[in-house]
Amino acid sequence: MELPSALLTPTEWIALRLSLQVALCSALVSLPFAIFAGYLLARFQFLGKWLVEVLIDLPLVLPPVVSGYLLLVSFGPHGPIGSILSGWLGIKIVFTWLGAAMASAVVSFPLMVRAIRLAFQGVDPRFEMAARGLGAGRLRAFFTVALPLARRGLVAGFMLAFARSLGEFGATIMVAGNIEGRTRTIPLAIYTLTNQPDGMGGAWRLVGLSILLACAALVASEWLERRHSPDVRA
Amino acid sequence: MSVLRFRCQHRYPGGFRLDVEFDVNHRFTVLFGPSGSGKTSVLNMIAGFLHPQRGTIHLENRTLLDTSLGVSLPPEKRRVGVVFQDSLLFPHLTVEGNLRYGQRRRDKRGRRLDFSRAVDVLEVGPLLRRFPRNLSGGERQRVALGRALLSGPELLLMDEPLASLDVPLRDRVLAYLERAVAEWNIPTLFVTHAQAEVRRAAEWVVLLQEGRLTGAGTPDEALSLAPHR
Repeated sequence: MELPSALLTPTEWIALRLSLQVALCSALVSLPFAIFAGYLLARFQFLGKWLVEVLIDLPLVLPPVVSGYLLLVSFGPHGPIGSILSGWLGIKIVFTWLGAAMASAVVSFPLMVRAIRLAFQGVDPRFEMAARGLGAGRLRAFFTVALPLARRGLVAGFMLAFARSLGEFGATIMVAGNIEGRTRTIPLAIYTLTNQPDGMGGAWRLVGLSILLACAALVASEWLERRHSPDVRA
Repeated sequence: MSVLRFRCQHRYPGGFRLDVEFDVNHRFTVLFGPSGSGKTSVLNMIAGFLHPQRGTIHLENRTLLDTSLGVSLPPEKRRVGVVFQDSLLFPHLTVEGNLRYGQRRRDKRGRRLDFSRAVDVLEVGPLLRRFPRNLSGGERQRVALGRALLSGPELLLMDEPLASLDVPLRDRVLAYLERAVAEWNIPTLFVTHAQAEVRRAAEWVVLLQEGRLTGAGTPDEALSLAPHR
């Protein structure tokens, strides 16, 4: 497909496509895990809950470079997980777009869990009790009552994580590197362009694009949240 | 044989102790007592929402709970319909969606009620496409009653279902309840602390105070025993 080169150069279009691909993949893969973690933390008291909370929130306060370094060590070809993935399944994570998606997922996961946990906390647990009294098992009550009632929070969490992934830099450059056409997302492309003597024009275009994307994500999130807003209190 | 046999003991962390034994042999039994006497706890134990530390609960010929044998059926297997004080209609479903929810998940061995007949008896036909937020308090309770009935229960539990309604509306909703109980002959255990509801609907009254059974009898007998008349 011919891309309108008046707006962006082919390299910049590739950075945009890669950024969207990485952010979407990271948010989609994170979603089921974040729903599980958010529900668990919202509804249950258990031994070691504080430890689970700390582990989930850790990437939020750690420098992204540190998160990226830990991922690189774990998922590198000689790392404990990376050696298994590449040796047994032939999957290579580091220096691929999958690595960028994984780095984004880890860094944005706490934001997604927070939004989803808050949403479940706002749903009166007696709705699930009522569903069980009507013959629904625990799992069915979750899928037919708790999940639909928490959907505003799910949408908010998804969009927040998506937007955060679009801007991810530190962990991504550690795990995926900065390979043009393969792992160079918009933030990495801006960084690269600002280090080139004639790159300021391109950097400004990508900065503008980043602002546009962030605004679009926020507007979409707001619209999706408002589309259906059930009263989740009894 | 009794419809329901209830013998349970439970001590709450705050010190409140519930120790209650009673049978339900009538079509419309009222559990009567002041606030905090343990009425809702009893209902929650029967429905499976609260697990007593010791006791047995039998419904018809089935064991719902026997702590000595480690038996405790989950709520969805008990075939008990519950109507809550604040109705707890699912806000994301229409009235029809709420009514069908219980019907779709009905235990195949439970009663089978005809959907259209339930809609007619409770006069909720014009409400089917509405969402709960657009219903009045009385309409909500009628839908909640229909939802519980359509789940095919062997026992209907009602936890002060009229408490949030004003007095004229209580009479109207109670009339619907009486029609429904008469239509399908479903044994009902009705919790209240309102004497008017006891006099109007009860066939048998079980008195509860501070977690203990203090008497049982016909409405006149029971109300003469009640200390908070």
